[in-house]
Amino acid sequence: MHAPEVSAAKARRWGAFYYAEQVLRVMKGYSWSIVMYSVGQPVAYLFAMGVGLATLVDTGNAAFGGVSYLAFIAPALLVSAAVMTAANEFTFPIMDGFKWRRIYYGPHASPLTPQQIAAGQIMAVTLRLVLQSAIYFAAVALFGASPSGWGWAGILVATLTGLAFGLPLMAYSASITEDKGQFALVMRFIVMPLFLFSGTFFPLDNLPLAVRWIGWISPIWHGTELGRTLSFGYREPPLLMVLHAAVLVALAVLGWILTRRRFARRMGQ
Amino acid sequence: MHNHALTPSGTLTGGSPHGTVISAENLTKTYGDVTAVDSISFAVPAGESFGLLGPNGAGKSTTMKMIGGVTRRTSGRLSIMGLDPDTHGPEVRAHLGVVPQQDNLDEELRVRDNLLVYGRYFGLPMSYLKPKADELLEFAQLTDKAKSKVDALSGGMKRRLTIARSLINEPRILLLDEPTTGLDPQARHILWDRLFRLKEQGVTLILTTHYMDEAEQLCDRLIVVDKGRIMAEGSPAQLIREHSTREVVELRFGSERNATIGSQLDGIGERLEVLPDRVLMYAHDGEWALEQVSARGLRPLTSLVRRSSLEDVFLRLTGRSLVD
Repeated sequence: MHAPEVSAAKARRWGAFYYAEQVLRVMKGYSWSIVMYSVGQPVAYLFAMGVGLATLVDTGNAAFGGVSYLAFIAPALLVSAAVMTAANEFTFPIMDGFKWRRIYYGPHASPLTPQQIAAGQIMAVTLRLVLQSAIYFAAVALFGASPSGWGWAGILVATLTGLAFGLPLMAYSASITEDKGQFALVMRFIVMPLFLFSGTFFPLDNLPLAVRWIGWISPIWHGTELGRTLSFGYREPPLLMVLHAAVLVALAVLGWILTRRRFARRMGQ
Repeated sequence: MHNHALTPSGTLTGGSPHGTVISAENLTKTYGDVTAVDSISFAVPAGESFGLLGPNGAGKSTTMKMIGGVTRRTSGRLSIMGLDPDTHGPEVRAHLGVVPQQDNLDEELRVRDNLLVYGRYFGLPMSYLKPKADELLEFAQLTDKAKSKVDALSGGMKRRLTIARSLINEPRILLLDEPTTGLDPQARHILWDRLFRLKEQGVTLILTTHYMDEAEQLCDRLIVVDKGRIMAEGSPAQLIREHSTREVVELRFGSERNATIGSQLDGIGERLEVLPDRVLMYAHDGEWALEQVSARGLRPLTSLVRRSSLEDVFLRLTGRSLVD
């Protein structure tokens, strides 16, 4: 047992990690379903889309960057999977923290600060995104769908994309005081359209301008384009690559700042 | 009585020379137009069991949150162990154990893991936490539930686990916000017994309650709070002495007659309180007063002579009952 002063000093320095530890412990409770999801999802998608659907697609088409259809969609699937996990991890658990079971208010009474609680939650989910994306990438590699030697960097791109989408969503989740089924709407009317209209299954240029903007504002599109370049050298100007990365980083940073503010305000009244 | 010296905030000395662990001066909290806590002042010496008694919405919980360093005050001064919670939140909270009004245990974790995880927030090492968790489970009479999921526990067990959790950092100050609300009588008595043991160990208890029996059982001294203001301060016995008579006669004449019987009881007791369901007659000698009632030919449906309680004090001070 150490003195309260030591507790406070340690918490000031390591508080976010202490909370991340808690979130990981909770995740450990459903680790089996996390693993099943992380392995099962890529295998199912890659098989259905890459092996099934691919037989109907003209793989000689230059629009696919001169690689197999499977290699074309693999980076997009990797990124989309991270976004879907982020969409789950940054909605329901946040509501659980503030409203349903109010679990944030336990650590809130300890030396931890609201900002550290937010940061800890983000760190734990980030770790989950990295692990899940690594498993996903391993499956992609096993399917022979990552021609370049840089495909593994898609793990980082997917994680970044998950945060670019997830952190602004987390800020929104932290602002909800009444559960009116908002998250179901987010999944249906934001996550699904983004998944379908972000150049995931075909190049974004194939869409009419009327809906192409969905891709432009979509983190999934930016992440997917980055991932494709790394995975098979998709033809895109370097400046655009920098732009994709900048958009993702900007969204993640903005989301983090808004989340910190929401947490501080909601827990500090 | 509110002149306890504040140690300069920002130092880690803990407590003032007088052994004051908490002191509040003109502590105020407003939410928009609503004043939840209206300029209250009090000081709590180390080892005291200090209560805030008042109805729901009196500002008790808000006061507790300000002491707990989770809600910023609007104005006034507040010092906990010589520290200002607004500027030294983590330091203040490191000194405290907190039992909130609503349990916020981690239901996805097992009982013992809840204690371990909470201890980590204080940067405590597992080598300390593991034996400490077992000791606290023993204290909370939950040893055989160590491996259970939290949602399998009864309300009283969850409450005891929350108390065990609040003790993981061996705090010298324990904040309890309505610790027994919603528990059955047996569970309440078990809890009171545990809290009493902590008090014996010298832990300073700060508790809010709207149960007068709880306040009488646990508090050395209390403030009666209503609408954000302090109505009275003192030990339970003092308050009863000052604001009520020794005994009370409770008379029920039926809901029709209660309201109209008042004038016929004039002059027997020192004071009469007519409630919808009964008439309270305050007198030093209850039996004698009851005899006078019969002597006047009045026949209540039921009658009861009892000692004055904090409920009577509250009724006297505010004109309302504690629990509506």
